[in-house]
Amino acid sequence: MSTLVLDHVSRWYGNVVAANDVTMTIGPGVTGLLGPNGAGKSTLIAMMGGFLAPSAGTVTLDGTPVWRHPGIYRTIGLVPETEAMYDMVTGWQFVVANARLQHLPDAEGAALAALETVDMTDAKDRDISTYSKGMKQRVKMAIALVHDPSVLLLDEPFNGMDPRQRLHLMDLLRRLGEQGRTVLFSSHILEEVEEIAGTIEVLVAGRHAASGDFRRIRRLMTERPHKYTISSSDDRRLAAAIIADGSADTVDLTSGSLAVQAPDLGVFVHALPRLARDSGIRLLDVSPADESLESVFAYLVAR
Amino acid sequence: MIFVVMHLTVRGLLGRRRAVLFVLLPLLLLLMAGLVRWASGGDPQSTVKLTNEFSVGTLLPLMCLLIGTGVIGTEIDDGSIVYLLAKPVPRRTILWSKLIVAWGATLVFAVLPIIAAVEIAGDEGTRLGWAYGVTATLAALAYTAVFVALSVVTRNVVIIGLLYALLWETVLGGYVPGVRNVSIRQWALAAAENMLGDRAPVWGVTSDVSLTAALVLLAATTIGAIVLAVRRLQTLPLTTRD
Repeated sequence: MSTLVLDHVSRWYGNVVAANDVTMTIGPGVTGLLGPNGAGKSTLIAMMGGFLAPSAGTVTLDGTPVWRHPGIYRTIGLVPETEAMYDMVTGWQFVVANARLQHLPDAEGAALAALETVDMTDAKDRDISTYSKGMKQRVKMAIALVHDPSVLLLDEPFNGMDPRQRLHLMDLLRRLGEQGRTVLFSSHILEEVEEIAGTIEVLVAGRHAASGDFRRIRRLMTERPHKYTISSSDDRRLAAAIIADGSADTVDLTSGSLAVQAPDLGVFVHALPRLARDSGIRLLDVSPADESLESVFAYLVAR
Repeated sequence: MIFVVMHLTVRGLLGRRRAVLFVLLPLLLLLMAGLVRWASGGDPQSTVKLTNEFSVGTLLPLMCLLIGTGVIGTEIDDGSIVYLLAKPVPRRTILWSKLIVAWGATLVFAVLPIIAAVEIAGDEGTRLGWAYGVTATLAALAYTAVFVALSVVTRNVVIIGLLYALLWETVLGGYVPGVRNVSIRQWALAAAENMLGDRAPVWGVTSDVSLTAALVLLAATTIGAIVLAVRRLQTLPLTTRD
């Protein structure tokens, strides 16, 4: 059982602040580090993995600072985002070499076990240069797991995976978390995080925006006002029907199409087709105006 | 531990496409040595001209640059060095492993071909061969250490290395006498000058630096580069700025 503690950690590059006074504790179980691209997730993971010095604050693993302490890599397994590997050796040779560098007494046994865990024993004797992106990702997992670490850090592990590989990895991470390991992975996709992470840490523009149970954060995200752009056979009559029904607070016809702001997503999406049918109006297009993750996060930060 | 890193480094160095150059450039040198012999009939003075200007002057720093960056620079560039650094292995062990591979490779692909070229182009016994063998070895040790260190310090190592090797050592060194005092090539040549004794001025093997000063400067440069490289590797930031 290991715990990573970030205490008032900041990191800046010149005038750009990548992480701003982040304090969090990451304990056993699966934690998702969620945030839009450019939020500073990679910077934060690099500092947790001892590959970047915090400009201020400290990162400690069970009380030991991670910066400039290569000994921590006995406890930490790392799945980097970078795709480059040693292309000219086989998967097997590379995992064995990594096991040897971990000073394991039975390097080959450990390598085989790790490759079995990620289901890569069949292709292990091929050169890494011939692997697909998903296979490389699995070899990276095997390398991170080969020394049986109690902490696992994964930077965007689901990037470039097909749905089957994604499910496989989710299942693996869930199992590792249940074994009592501290598993932290970053993602910019809410559904991925919500699927497997017991705890979510949300990072927006370098700031630690929210933290805790995913249900609570999910509620924060769905209970915000939703905006839709609608075009129909008769926008003006539809606007009147919507406002009379009370499922939306604001309707706006000034921009040529109908813009609607609804306080409750569930109520509005059920009411809209009913209202249109009852008034004999044909709906041509209904699209969420502002559903980008960035705007969801921006809303969270503003709260 | 050191052997695991060395093995991976050798595979990385020889597995990439640039490894073709490790064979092509020495072949080019041997071919030129054959032409020089054919044209001069084995005159040591012509051998010295070829060796000073092309072998030690151009080929050697170029090979050391290719190899020095090949053992560590490419890995830092593409980020795959993370697999070595995320291990409970002291960073100096990693650096030494890579440096030893680089030194071995420059010996095989640069120093030995230079000696062979001297013998093909024309020697008096093996005097020039020995003298240039020592000079090339000393220069290779220093050049390689410097280029490995530069690979850890900067991503622009190839440009800086080429500017140094070609512009500083060759062009500026040819016109500005002072530059020659601060030149790995000139320091290494002091060894050859000394070994050839009274034949050195006859054949045109001259260095601007005394032997003692040259050896001290070579050692200081090499050790300084290694210390710098280890230090920078200990604090090498590894992150994609997102």
